[in-house]
Amino acid sequence: MKITVNGSSHEIDAPEDMPLLWAIRDRLKLTGTKYGCGVAQCGACTVMVDGQPKRSCVTSLKFVTDAEITTIEGMDGDEFQAIQNAWRAIDVPQCGFCQSGQVMTATALLKEKPAPSDTDIDNALAGNICRCATYVRIRQAVRDAADKLEA
Amino acid sequence: MSVIPKSLSRRDFLRNAAWGSAGLVIAMALPGRGRAAAMDTTAINSSVVSPEAAGFAPNAFVRIAPDNTVTVLIKHIEFGQGPFTGLSTLVAEELDADWSQMRAASAPADAELYKNFAFGMQGTGGSTAIANSYMQMRKAGATARALLVRAAAEQWGVPAGEITVDKGQISHAGSGNSGAFGEFAEAAAQFDPPEDLPLKKASEFKLIGTDVPKLDTNIKTNGQALFTQDLHHDDMLTVIVAHAPQFGATVKSVDASAAKATSGVVDVQQIPTGVAVYAQDTWSALQGRRALKVDWDTTNAETRSTREITEDYRHRAQKPGKNAASRGKPEQGREGLARTLTAEYTFPYLAHAPMETLDCVIHAEDGAVETWFGSQLQTGDQGTIAKILGLEPAQVTIHTMYAGGSFGRRAQPGSPFAAEAAHVAKAHGKSRPLKLVWTREDDIQGGWYRPLNVHRLSGGVDADGNIALWDQTIVGQSIFGGSAFAAMIKDGIDPSSVEGAEDLPYGIPNFRVSLHDGEAGVPILWWRSVGHTHTAYSTETFIDELLELADKDPVEGRLAMLGEHPRHAGVLKAVVELADGLEPAESGRARGVAVHKSFGSYVAQIVEVSQNEDLTPKVHKVWCAVDCGVAVNPNVIRAQMEGGIGFGLGAALYNEITLEEGGRVAQANFDRYRSLRIHEMPDVEVHIVKSDKDPTGVGEPGVPPIAPALANAWRRLTGDAVRDLPFVKIS
Repeated sequence: MKITVNGSSHEIDAPEDMPLLWAIRDRLKLTGTKYGCGVAQCGACTVMVDGQPKRSCVTSLKFVTDAEITTIEGMDGDEFQAIQNAWRAIDVPQCGFCQSGQVMTATALLKEKPAPSDTDIDNALAGNICRCATYVRIRQAVRDAADKLEA
Repeated sequence: MSVIPKSLSRRDFLRNAAWGSAGLVIAMALPGRGRAAAMDTTAINSSVVSPEAAGFAPNAFVRIAPDNTVTVLIKHIEFGQGPFTGLSTLVAEELDADWSQMRAASAPADAELYKNFAFGMQGTGGSTAIANSYMQMRKAGATARALLVRAAAEQWGVPAGEITVDKGQISHAGSGNSGAFGEFAEAAAQFDPPEDLPLKKASEFKLIGTDVPKLDTNIKTNGQALFTQDLHHDDMLTVIVAHAPQFGATVKSVDASAAKATSGVVDVQQIPTGVAVYAQDTWSALQGRRALKVDWDTTNAETRSTREITEDYRHRAQKPGKNAASRGKPEQGREGLARTLTAEYTFPYLAHAPMETLDCVIHAEDGAVETWFGSQLQTGDQGTIAKILGLEPAQVTIHTMYAGGSFGRRAQPGSPFAAEAAHVAKAHGKSRPLKLVWTREDDIQGGWYRPLNVHRLSGGVDADGNIALWDQTIVGQSIFGGSAFAAMIKDGIDPSSVEGAEDLPYGIPNFRVSLHDGEAGVPILWWRSVGHTHTAYSTETFIDELLELADKDPVEGRLAMLGEHPRHAGVLKAVVELADGLEPAESGRARGVAVHKSFGSYVAQIVEVSQNEDLTPKVHKVWCAVDCGVAVNPNVIRAQMEGGIGFGLGAALYNEITLEEGGRVAQANFDRYRSLRIHEMPDVEVHIVKSDKDPTGVGEPGVPPIAPALANAWRRLTGDAVRDLPFVKIS
């Protein structure tokens, strides 16, 4: 099975119902994308599929053979940079395990809505669990990133 | 990811290199790590750089490389509470280093060099990282500084007393000489460390008390931070274990034929905790486990439901248990009191549910085993693994990895998870790296929960309107009982069952706290803030109700009874000032307050709440005041208060582990074991009370007050006193 990840094409010898998450992590050894729940509840496994944030833990390989998949290792662009800088500026992460997923989802939000309201932020990120509850800072960092992009 | 070579004997060179009590060596370190690479990732992935990889015998805590980087070996695991940054700050302060040259890495497992003074062995917990390392790490930094200065003085031929150090630069004004740390590292390593070096006065601090950026933020923002889950060794297999559906059940028989026939599955072995499936990758291992047919023996299993266990505990709570604390004449009960109140509370089992489930990479070879995992009690884990594999502890290397949260889950007396990893390696019998992974379902259903507790409180107000009686009976499983920490139990009282209750700060003349050890076959463990998770709730809601019964203000009433506890009173006054009182800003809302001391730190919180359309609580804002002594890194302290509030709030609102009839756990994943999500997170404002006392913990103390403060606000809003947690039952 062929998948395209971060601009490179890879031949994966795997059953077609294997979730994309395990192809990315176990086969391609791209480990920024995390396993947290396996049932699309926590968002730690979020990747971009044709520019849209998707839960790779419930996305079978057979559905993404024609797609452009981007993991955090392959992310770039103004929104991503703004999010990362905002994250660093106020030290958002604690344990850090969910943060790839948070950053991916936040980046997708800013691409969709450059000036999100707090409700927009909450709605966009409600699918990403952080057990350390860094939510106050996630919200702040998304606001900060949006302000920077606008300026 | 490369496996670190074992060519150097860690013990030997650490022994040779250990210098006296300060245990400090300055050394060259980190060959092969270019400056640019190091700058990219200010914190080092702990598994990648270890003392072995350094190549030259560095010592216990401080390493200074020719490229001027200062690497601090951190004896505490980093899973979000900030010890990498905090302990490095202490070293940098006394070393007069520049923050940009600081790096942090996990120390190896070594009970002697890296023991936690609070435990007497290596481990992290009880919010002790900064508190027990405060002087040790400062001394390590000061010693390093003195040796560098001496090396510079000899090289320049000037008196050491005339040399100054600032931001990583060593200077001598008279001769015009100056140089960076790295230039003197090798020469400094030749000298014996001086004894009894003076440390800075608080007024001289340059880094302590400032918001230095956290060392691990960058790599936790771009996906580069390596967790155990992320390790891939050549020839490695992934292992998933089928665990028993009830606690205490064991394997009766297993039919592994279909599992073994599953594509990618390499081996299936029975181990004490279940049946292990070894496969080429995670997905194959999951498929293999699904194909297993296991018959379980439930002869010794806990088959009661939590409803039955709770009924048993409630029954026992009707009579006082073993005396934990008492004064006055509590046994006189309601006699002579004008108004009385009795309340019964139930607290459910709680899973920790850290984002990264339990996992461990283990590579057992003849005569040595190497492990990589989020070990929180390294000394116990090391001994357990050694015993199972027939080795000496020194033959077990532990690379303590960044871990995706713990909240107590990874600190395991008796090391059951490390034991499972060792059994997985032993049963397979072949020398190849194995990655044992628990799924989320294994995690939620795997036990080691915050114990279920029932509290019964009786109290009363006398004719003068003063609270005159407090009689509290607690029923709960002992966490320390039968564990490696059993020595903590004094006169039959497990302190972790009554902490936060037996030391109630309020001046109530007739007072008693007693304890029944509840019995249940459910494995239990401390959970972020341990006994305070339930005692803060019962005491701070009950005092609120008693004050109401006495027609007293919740703040003034508390303050009037806190005469002997100025730091409790201090945070309470501070939070009231921060929130501008207990009157809500909008109609349809109410505020509640709670104050609680845990792990040496004092925290008061005010919560503002309204009611959602579905009648559940909507928490808008939390104000928090904390007194934790010297604030080493205020930003980290604020973050821990924010996180503790979110963690405690999520549990109070949604979390309970229930055993159904027959003893099976009803919850399996985040759908029914709900975690707080961003739209449920209130705004949080934190005030840190200024103090020059030695620092105390912040990882846990933010948790205890949030649930009672919420309950007090909720009672004011709705009239409903919530005594059975969680607030929101998920059917």
